[in-house]
Amino acid sequence: MLLQGLQMTVLVGLCAMLVAILFGLLGTWGKFSHSRLANWAADTYTTVVRGVPELILLLLVYYGVPKLIQDGAAALGYDMRLDLNPFVAGFLTIGFIYGAFCTEVLRGAFLAVPRGQMEAARAIGMSRTLAFRRVQLPLAMRMALPGLGNVWMVLIKATALISLIQLDELMRKAKLAATATHQPFTFYFLASLLFLAITLVSMLVLKRAETWAKRGVRT
Amino acid sequence: MNWELIWESLPKLLEGAGVTVQITLFSIAIGLLLAVPLALARLSSNKLLNWPATGFVFYFRGTPLLVQLFLIYYGSGQFRELFSDLGLWTYFRNAWFCAVLTLTLNTAAYSAEIFRGAIQAVPRGEIEAGKAFGMSGWLLFRRVTLPKAFRIALPAYGNEVVFLLQATSLVSAITVIDLTGAADLIRSKTFAVYEMYLTAAVLYLIMTYVLVYGFRLLEKRLNAYQRRPV
Repeated sequence: MLLQGLQMTVLVGLCAMLVAILFGLLGTWGKFSHSRLANWAADTYTTVVRGVPELILLLLVYYGVPKLIQDGAAALGYDMRLDLNPFVAGFLTIGFIYGAFCTEVLRGAFLAVPRGQMEAARAIGMSRTLAFRRVQLPLAMRMALPGLGNVWMVLIKATALISLIQLDELMRKAKLAATATHQPFTFYFLASLLFLAITLVSMLVLKRAETWAKRGVRT
Repeated sequence: MNWELIWESLPKLLEGAGVTVQITLFSIAIGLLLAVPLALARLSSNKLLNWPATGFVFYFRGTPLLVQLFLIYYGSGQFRELFSDLGLWTYFRNAWFCAVLTLTLNTAAYSAEIFRGAIQAVPRGEIEAGKAFGMSGWLLFRRVTLPKAFRIALPAYGNEVVFLLQATSLVSAITVIDLTGAADLIRSKTFAVYEMYLTAAVLYLIMTYVLVYGFRLLEKRLNAYQRRPV
């Protein structure tokens, strides 16, 4: 039963990480954009999200968004009842939050790509988009890998919060088992060991990935 | 938006914010006291000190805080008789105590890693200079290594304090009425979802940026000797 929860935790974590990277790229684009509005939006995003606890944001999305839609519908004269799926609400919120952390990581990575690389790509006739896709993005991703790995480690632990909005992931399975058997310590401890296992596996995979990404770097 | 409701519930929310601040301060203070010896144990070549410290830090950094809170608050119930015999049950029955205990251990683990890095980053020359003055052992550590390490650690430690402040919102899951708990309670009575959570979010933002500002001032003051004369 805990293993089913483990599966759900990993699944929700991966979905959230994907969303986080997308928001991170969007945020980075906003930070580097020449548009004042995009700058302001990206700055507000990272400042607010990093200044408010994840739990508050999670509850705000899970309870707030359906109510917002219901109130909107009521104003238009419809009566509807809407509940957000905890899985979707969970991974979108966690992804949205960690997108702000990804923004900072990716911003640093893009700044760390030497200017000469981009100039060289342009000089041999690549268009802006092609140079971005072939040169700037792969180089930045290599630089961002350790930072993104850190974000992943924190993110996977943050998915435990989704149990508070009743998603059947590892933490909630442990809670159900603990209540049923009156052995809370045993089950929470087991759950914590499974989280440790995720951390350990992630560490190994990331190390591999970093060596792979650095295969072209002379040392 | 129902502004009147926000205004009416503000005293309750501020009371919750008080609990949040109180828990943060207690955990930070005790956590800091534990973190320095832990960092030293991590750096020690004595396996009896090194291994338990490494295990402790690995466990508390590798598992979610929510699991740790549940493990200590609900998990202690499994050993109720043992704790009663030891006279500790009154403490473990108290959610506030369990919240502070868990957050203290959690922040001690994270801070220990920050201080370990900082102690290793103290320039060798400064330690050698201290030795040349005839200082050694504890005196050298207290007068040279620790103050320098604290300055190096400050930016990262400031981040950790901010993370801890936000992490305190989880204590609402073990029935402590902190800011999140208070907002949640009023939300469940009035169905004022965004009024309550948005107000709580604004209060957290204010607390966070007051802390960030405070650490920036402290950093400026401690590193004043590095500032170039204008």
